[in-house]
Amino acid sequence: MLTKKVKDRILFLFFVFLISTIAVLFIIKSLNKNILYFSSPTEIKQSEDTSFGKPMRVGGMVKKGSISINKKNIQFIVTDFKNEILISYSGTVPNLFAEEKGVVAEGSLRDKKFFIADRILAKHDENYMPPEIKEIIEKNVK
Amino acid sequence: MLSNIGISLVFLILILSLLIIAAAVFDLKTPEQFIKKKIYKLSLFQTSFTILCFFTLIIGFINSDFSLINVYENSHTTKPIFYKIAGTWGNHEGSLLLWINILVIFSYLFLVFNYTHNKKFRLYTLIFQNILILGFLFFLLFNSNPFNAIYPIPVEGLGLNPILQDPALAIHPPLLYVGFVGCSIYFSAALASLLSGYNGKLFAKSIKTWVKISWCFQTLGIIVGSIWAYYELGWGGFWFWDPVENASLLPWFAITALMHSLIVLEKRNTLYSWVVILCLLTFILSVTGTFLVRSGILNSVHTFASDPSRGIFILLFLSLMIFSSLIIFFINYKKESYNFNLKSRETFILANNWFMAFFLITVLIGMLYPIFLDVLTDIKISVGPPFFNIVIIPLVVPFMLLMAVGPKFGWIKSQNKIIYKILFLILGATIINLSIIYFFDKYSLLSNLIFISAIFLILYSLIDIKKIINKKNKLELPRIISHLGFGLLVFFIGINHQFSLEEDFNLKVSENKKINNYEINFKDIKIRERKNYKAVIGIFKLTNLKNNSVQYLNPEIRIYSNPETLTYEAAIKTKITSDFYLTMSNVSRSEYYNIKFQNKPFMIWIWISAFMIALGGFVQLALKKNED
Repeated sequence: MLTKKVKDRILFLFFVFLISTIAVLFIIKSLNKNILYFSSPTEIKQSEDTSFGKPMRVGGMVKKGSISINKKNIQFIVTDFKNEILISYSGTVPNLFAEEKGVVAEGSLRDKKFFIADRILAKHDENYMPPEIKEIIEKNVK
Repeated sequence: MLSNIGISLVFLILILSLLIIAAAVFDLKTPEQFIKKKIYKLSLFQTSFTILCFFTLIIGFINSDFSLINVYENSHTTKPIFYKIAGTWGNHEGSLLLWINILVIFSYLFLVFNYTHNKKFRLYTLIFQNILILGFLFFLLFNSNPFNAIYPIPVEGLGLNPILQDPALAIHPPLLYVGFVGCSIYFSAALASLLSGYNGKLFAKSIKTWVKISWCFQTLGIIVGSIWAYYELGWGGFWFWDPVENASLLPWFAITALMHSLIVLEKRNTLYSWVVILCLLTFILSVTGTFLVRSGILNSVHTFASDPSRGIFILLFLSLMIFSSLIIFFINYKKESYNFNLKSRETFILANNWFMAFFLITVLIGMLYPIFLDVLTDIKISVGPPFFNIVIIPLVVPFMLLMAVGPKFGWIKSQNKIIYKILFLILGATIINLSIIYFFDKYSLLSNLIFISAIFLILYSLIDIKKIINKKNKLELPRIISHLGFGLLVFFIGINHQFSLEEDFNLKVSENKKINNYEINFKDIKIRERKNYKAVIGIFKLTNLKNNSVQYLNPEIRIYSNPETLTYEAAIKTKITSDFYLTMSNVSRSEYYNIKFQNKPFMIWIWISAFMIALGGFVQLALKKNED
């Protein structure tokens, strides 16, 4: 027979196990819901199961001469030197946003050629290039 | 010249560390009760030379001595003197030297101030601390030497990243470093305690003050960092769950858990192994954070000075640290028996540790998952702020309730009387919460719960303060200040989040925009030449249509020439009840300016309550001093 002390301990360990499992499941579930995938314009064009309206990130270079601004928003074209996508954004841009510089936009796709951004990511360092964009450029500009 | 002096000093420190280790190992075997004078002297020399070494670098920066690559790359003659000095630690190499300074200074202070403790324990601590110092000295010499010379000597430097030229960011790194690197001393002490068998209550007493010091500075450092983000980054937020911010939060969770369970070890002489694990974990997490940030593995908005070759060194050092500390831990592990009553203060302190562990794991997963996925599958993802908010915020509710109630329970076992008071206060908190919601007319279940629990914690702390004034028992004061600070922080962040107003739009000069009760009039643009930049100043007239009060907001676009960069300076009008926040930017000289306008209620109170959390720690240190 189990003594009371052993029973208590088993019960305690059981609760610890139960709570930990619930906690981990909870974390993983919320994680899966809040992942932002990063895509280049080419990946968006090629992908077959594009989900419109779901949050994601797009990155590439800002095409020269493509920035236009009106009363409501800023529009510009992001290119990975193979394909392009039009991005529309309203708000202040980070200080290192400029033509022919790398940019990462967070928002959602309206269709395969049009992206609405909620946020343009700032980088503090003028020589810094987001690793995703560096990779794209290395792949496409050879 | 300076380059030679600096490098010689670094070698001198290195030799002194080796000598200290040798002398300490030798002294371990002698039967005397006291540590030899010689070791004190060596340690004092080491400290003086390290500080001297750091001042050598500062002098290099003040004199703009471009014969040092480090100065050339990070400074400029036209920079204000304040930022020349701050530039010393505003770069990787210089900050590593600062890191070593703190390792050495803490090592010496620990040796001197803990004279009442066991000799073997102190010697082992000294040995481990000096092994850490050696490791980082090698890193400095072979990979990141701030004293590397350059020839021919350039006439002008490249300048410091303008976004770093901000008072908050000048003091942010030293604060964080005292906090994070200060953890090294009880990392060493924990290993020393395992080896020397100097454990339990006495061990807790020996590291208590050091844990508190580093906790205070970590807290301050994180607060100053987010103040900087608020003022300088121009999106109007102060916490973004960005990987770099998370990296600073991980050791903070560990150290907060440590600070609480240390009380149990000191008072009840139990939980020793857990305290040791937390001591080890805190510093390991500090170094992990440094590794992730400096190696460029994390893709963050705050990425500075990243370089993969540094990453490999830190990673090696880190794995060595983790591996050897685990071995030492398991070889010397002694079984303890725990005997806790459910209604005792110990249980509640353990509950704090459970929450801290949960927060830590959540942030760690959110931070590392993208890295693993990238390595394993080549899919690039990032984890958005909603993840952290969804997982952490609901848990803050029970956390705050326990935070209020826990300290009311006595050690070992308590009575039930307290329950009525709790029910009464929850009722009070609910009523206050309902009136807030009635007043502001917004509703969501979670924010209700958050408000109720925060108000509950605040009320409870206020009652405690009243009790202290009646009884004149000062010892509880620090805890109450910090807990009250946390309650207020959550409360004001909640209000701020629920009721802030934000609007993005583009305006030409002399145009108007109406937002709710406010009208913004873009009056004019002025251009000013300043010392090391040109400022484009926007003049905005903000009219409150309700009471026709007028104020002017002047955001700036700063054009720095060295290095050539634009920065946007937000115009912030701080009032007791709310902040007006306006940033302006301009793309490719378009006639439209992009404006972000925000009205953020109780911003200043968020800072005040965050500082209160840190203040609690400082008050405790001050009280401790009076006790002695």
